[in-house]
This record gives sequence, structure tokens and C-alpha cells, in this order.
Amino acid sequence: MPKLLLSRFLQGLLTLFVLVTITFFLVRAMPGSPYTGEKAMPKHIEAEKMAVMGLDQPWPVQYGRYFTNLILRQDMGFMYGKEGVQVSEIISESFPVSLSLGLASMGIALLVGIPAGVIAAVRKNTPTDFACLSLAMVGICLPSFVIGPLLAVFFGLKLQALNVAGWASPTDWILPAVTLGMINAAYLARLSRGGMLDILNQDYIRTAKAKGVPGARIVIRHALRGGLIPAVAFIGPAFAGMISGSFVIETIFQIPGMGQHFINAVTDKEYFLIQGLVLFYGFLIVAVNLLADLAQIALNPRMR
Amino acid sequence: MQRLPLILALCLPLLSCQKESQVEAAAREGILLIGNAADPKSLDLQVVSGVIESNVMRALYEGLVQFHATEDLGTPPGAALSVTPDETYTVWTVKLRPDAKWSDGMPVTAEDFRFSYERILTPAFGAKYAEMLYFLKGAEDFNKRVTPDFSSVGFKITGSHGFVLTLRGPTPFLPEILKHYTWYPVPKHQVLKFGEIDTVGNAWSRAENLVSNGPFRIKSYRRNHHIEVERNPHYWNAGNVHLEGIRFLPITNTFTEARMFRNGQLHITNTAAPEVVDLMKKEDPASLRQEPYLGTVLYRYNNNVEPLDDVRVRRALSLAIDRQAIADSVFRGFEPAYGMTPPMGDYDPPRGVSFDPEEAKKLLAEAGFPGGEDFPRLKILIASRETNAALATAIQAMWREHLGVEMEIDNKEWTAYMAAMQDMDYEIIGGGWIGDYIDPLTFLEMWTAGNGNNRTGWESEPFGAKLRESFQANEPTERFRLLHEAEVILLEDSPMTPIAWWGKNYLIHPSVKGWEPLLLDNHPFTNVRLIPQPPQR
Repeated sequence: MPKLLLSRFLQGLLTLFVLVTITFFLVRAMPGSPYTGEKAMPKHIEAEKMAVMGLDQPWPVQYGRYFTNLILRQDMGFMYGKEGVQVSEIISESFPVSLSLGLASMGIALLVGIPAGVIAAVRKNTPTDFACLSLAMVGICLPSFVIGPLLAVFFGLKLQALNVAGWASPTDWILPAVTLGMINAAYLARLSRGGMLDILNQDYIRTAKAKGVPGARIVIRHALRGGLIPAVAFIGPAFAGMISGSFVIETIFQIPGMGQHFINAVTDKEYFLIQGLVLFYGFLIVAVNLLADLAQIALNPRMR
Repeated sequence: MQRLPLILALCLPLLSCQKESQVEAAAREGILLIGNAADPKSLDLQVVSGVIESNVMRALYEGLVQFHATEDLGTPPGAALSVTPDETYTVWTVKLRPDAKWSDGMPVTAEDFRFSYERILTPAFGAKYAEMLYFLKGAEDFNKRVTPDFSSVGFKITGSHGFVLTLRGPTPFLPEILKHYTWYPVPKHQVLKFGEIDTVGNAWSRAENLVSNGPFRIKSYRRNHHIEVERNPHYWNAGNVHLEGIRFLPITNTFTEARMFRNGQLHITNTAAPEVVDLMKKEDPASLRQEPYLGTVLYRYNNNVEPLDDVRVRRALSLAIDRQAIADSVFRGFEPAYGMTPPMGDYDPPRGVSFDPEEAKKLLAEAGFPGGEDFPRLKILIASRETNAALATAIQAMWREHLGVEMEIDNKEWTAYMAAMQDMDYEIIGGGWIGDYIDPLTFLEMWTAGNGNNRTGWESEPFGAKLRESFQANEPTERFRLLHEAEVILLEDSPMTPIAWWGKNYLIHPSVKGWEPLLLDNHPFTNVRLIPQPPQR
């Protein structure tokens, strides 16, 4: 086990290094610069800015500086447009919002998706199964920019029960969390149904039935563990995605999370922010994948 | 999955016990809730350049003169008691208000203004909007490092509360320019506490350090969440400020903004999308406002590529655009343009563009493309934002129908589009221009040779000469006549074609009073009142 952990850790480091390096050069190869705007910045001002911000240096020099600052000073760089603001500030302000929303959505996804999938598998080919499957299909097909506004219009404008958007009142997380959660619940329901069906057809389940073990006990004690393996493999990356924010959810519900920065940083050519976000997201993905692997090992004795 | 709606339905009565909407509660407390499209790039007014920032700056700071609540060209006094020109409109004497104070209680002095103008013009500081001060004699040379010393700039202190501005030429419209936030002061004492005059990213403008001289001061700021300002007790006219505070909400999604308005979460929206305009016309016409706004939608031609280097081709393309149809169907509340400059004050632009398909066909035939034959397939470059795609499709169809020419629409990501425009890597490109101040110059100067916003490759000596002549005219009617003649040259040569004059569509709650139509949409917050409305049944 320690050997596996160490090897995964080293692989993770290598992945992050390659990721940040590729990003560094790709973002600089995009057309435009942080100072490309609707109103032209006078050439002499642009030159002053490029010099102050170090953008007049050749790429390898900039790359060297970036890594030196990152490793020696844990400095992820600064914002070009928002002068005086550090990338670490942007991430540390917005990540807690995305994390809390992501956790709530994940809770909803797990509480809805897994039971629905399991029930559908147990009641295979019954109306319950069809209902679960079609709901899941709807959840997968409808994008969040459709579900979100529909929920906002219904619960906010129609019922006047919740704010349609905002991040101030304690109930403001409900609509975005449900929107984000339901989409993932739909995937989880399908995956856990598939996984459960595989397991329920196994010989050892038939043996348990033959020995007179009650149905609920078979499902919970014997089938669930193996049946959830595909769902668990999905949860890892999905969780990283959910806690790092969603541009669509954040703009629909006016949430100060991290997801919008992934898009806006590219539009605004905020090179350091793009690199910082990619590094942070890469780290999350590596970490949760490692956790998902460990969870799979725990669930599946054959992998040990 | 089936149980969730049931659980939620059970919880709803608990949630819906809120009796008062947010706008009602805020109106009672005197807090204006206003949509502001995005988070400002900074609270330091000398480093920003956008409309979003200007809204916040107007609450926090005050210039020598203020915006008028109802008149576009009104200039009520602000931090200055008087701003008086000499007979040539070149030398302006400023007398500051002795009771003007910063929000920390320090007096606003002539030295603050001198420091502010030196700071914004200091090359190493790199202010994006330094150009706005080029009206000052010697400012351009100082900003471009031609002269190293600020004393060469036309600014002279005459006392603790007095100074004289010497301009590069007669500028009768200077008070209009002074309303722009680039001319507002920054607190010298606070700026220097956190850095030097040319420090980039100076921490004085962080919310916790910010000191300002306007009717409001910063109360709280959370990035991408809100900016709240509260009444500034040190403001010289604090007794006549009606609001207790303003909450700016950076709502990027216009549909979210409209939903928040309809749900009683906002007093004023930043904008209303065409779809929202249609909906509100049916559901709540009283809340919808459609007003002219100082901007022009235009299409640029690359004057360096064939066949757009031929003025007949450019004119033919311009004449084949049915601007009325576009204003009616693509935009809501925009006016079809007949000149580059929207009508403002005493200036009426020349009727230089119109819809005349027959004349267009004739011109195209003269240029060697009868019926559009052999006309190369050009690309219309746009960035897929708002109504750009609908506009491009409409123009593409009009050119096909009236001229028989086929164009392609090329849709690029925003900065790629901007970079292509700057590098003139396009054939025809969609765009627009918002005026900085109410004077035709802000719509005409950009077309001079070498101007960074020209971006068409067009250069005209007669046009430049007319503008230069206008810089020396100190009689306003004479000045407008010269600018009018310059605009005639511009429209005849058609390096670009104006399509529509901007309209501003937005939603406003009935409790907001003192928010009248203004061409620049720069409402002085001092005049705004909130009158709580009786609850609607």
C-alpha cells in the first residue's frame, strides 16, 4: 500500500508539472494579450504595462520566473486586469463557495442517485425501473442552463418561496445545489443500476437467495459493495468538478464561486489565473482519483 | 428521486413566510439595489476604463463639476465652486470648495488635484485612460516621455484651493470633459501611504484602505458578490444626499438579472435583453425604460484589401443596409443611424448614410461588379455576444438581396476578435463605439490617421485638417460647423458604416425616483430617492 501511494504521488507530481507547462505555453500562444480591449490601449501605455508585468520578456524567461516563484515562494502570480490582486486571493476567496455548493450538490446526487439506481436494479423492468431510468435520462439530457432557470422561475417567481439568484440568505444554496446535484444524480443512478444488475446476476447472490437470505439483506450486505464500483469510479472526478465550481450554475444563480474564473480568465487573458486554476484543478483531480482508487480497493477485494 | 419534490414541497411553506421583498425592505432602509454587470477591475479610478467602474466611481468620488440629474449638458458644481474660462476657452481658473473633504475628514486641496493629474499622466504608472487628460497643454508629451517633468504640463497651483488649467487649444466643452472620472481627484495622503506615485497595484484602493471625496464611501466589498457604499458624513453636501447607501451587484447574466428584478431583488437592472424587453412590454410595461444612449453600432471595412479599397464598393455596401429594419427587428429601442455621431445638444450629424438599393447597385456596377458578379466572397468577422450574430445575419442577407454579393460570417472568441481588429486581420468587422463625453469629438477623433481606435487603414488629410481646425475654434457654432464638415468627409469616404445609435433598455422599480433619461447614463446618485410603494395585491 505505501508503495502504491508513493508511486501515485510521484505520478501526480509529474502530471501537474506537465499540465502547468503545457498550459503556460498554450495560453501565451492565444491571440491577443491581457491588454487587448475594445478601446485600444495607446501603444506607449501598452509597452509600459508589458514591461512592468514582465510580459516583454521571452517565454523561457517568463517560464523560469513563474516556476521559481511558484516553488520557492508559493507565489502563483498576479492579475493583469485587476492590478494589485493576487491569483491566490482569487482562488482562496472563491473556492470555499464552490466547495460548500459542491458538497451540498454531491450530497443530493448521492442521496438521490444511488438509491434510485439500486431500486431500479432491484425492480428491474417494472414501472419503478422505467420511471427511474426515464428521469435519469431527462437529467442527463437537460443541461443545467435549462434546469436552473426553470427551477428559479418555478420556485422563485411562481411560488415566491426562494430567491431566484444570489448568495446571501441561507436558503440561496438550495436551487443551485439541486440543479447541480440532479444532473450528477442522473449519472449516478444509471451507473449504480448497471453495476447492481451485474452483481445481482452473480452466482453468489443466487446462492444467498437459495439459502433464504432476505432480499433487503442481500442487496445491502452482499450486492451493494460490488454494485457501486462503477459509481465510485465516477464520483471521484465528478466530485472534483463539482467543488471547483460551474460557470453556468454560477452565472445563472449569481454565485461568487470559482467556476466563472475558468471562463473569464481565458477571455481576459489572465495568464497567471489560468495557470493557477489549472494547477489547482489538476491537483484536485489527482487527489480525488487517488481517493477513488483507494475506495475501489476497499470495495473490491480482488483489487487488493 | 421521486421523493425530493415532496420533501421540497413540504419545506416551502417554511421558506415562503418572508413577507417583504428585498427591494421593499431596502427601499424602507434607503438602500438602492442596482445591477452592475460585472465586478469592477479596481476601485482606483485612475487605473480603470470601463462603464461598470464608472458607476461605482460616481458614487465614491466627485470631480470639479457633477453630472446633472436631468440635463445632459448640465454641469452643477462639484468639488469646485467655480471653473471659469478666459475669452479663448484655453485657460481655465478653478476655485475649489473650501468645505470639500475626503471621507477620512482631510480637506480636498489643489495639491490633491495636481498629484492626481501627475499620477494619471506618469508613464510608468501606465494609466489606460491617460489620453483623457491630453486636453491639458503638454500632457501628451509628458505621458509619452517626451518631457520628463510635470511642470511642463498646463497645471499651476495658485493657492491651497485654487489652480489654473492651461489647455492645448480652445476647449469650450471642457466642463463636459471634467465630468469624466479620469479628471476626479485621488487622496494624495492615502495613495502615498501605500506606495509611490507610480506604484502599480497600490493597496490604497483596497476596500479597507479606500478614501474618497464623493457622496458615498465604501462600506463593504466582496469580489463577484457585491459592493456596498454608505453615505459619506464628510461630504460637503451630505445633507442633500437622500439615499443611505447603494448596493452594486455584479450580475453578468442578463436573464438572471431580469429574474432577480421580477423577484423583487433589484431596484434597477443594468440592461434588459431584447427577449426581456418583449416580455416586459406585455407583463409590466411601467417598469421598462427604453432611452437613447451615447453609442453607435458600426461595421468597419478594411480599407487596405480589395475590393474594399474602392470607395464605390464601400458606399454601395453602406447603401444596401436597411437600418430601419435592423433597428426594429434586431435591436429593441435603438435608432437607425444616419451619421457616425448620435444627435447631441446642438449638434445634428450630416445625413451621410441611407438605404438606397438602386444607387447601391449602380455604384457596385461602376466599381466593376454588376449584379455582384465576380465579387469576392468576403468574411464578416464578429464576436458572438448579444445580438451580434443576428445583426451579421441580417446584413449578410441584405447584401445578398440588394447587391447579389455573398459574404461569410466568421464568429470568433472575444479577444481573438479584438486582436484581429487591432491587427487589421479582417475584411469586414462588426463593432461599436460608446462616447466618453457629450461632444461630437469623441465620435470623430478616433478616425484620424494613426489613432488606435481607427482600425480601418483609412487616412484622410482633409478630415484631419478639419479636426485640427476645430481644435483652434473657440466659437462653439463655428466648432460644430467644422466638426460637421469633417463628418461629411468621413461618411462620404465610408471607411466604415454606422448602423444604429445605441439605446439603453433596462428595468426600474417604481419606488426609485430621480432617475431620468440621460444620454451618457451617468446618473448622479445624490438625486436618487427611494419612496416605498404600497404593497401590491
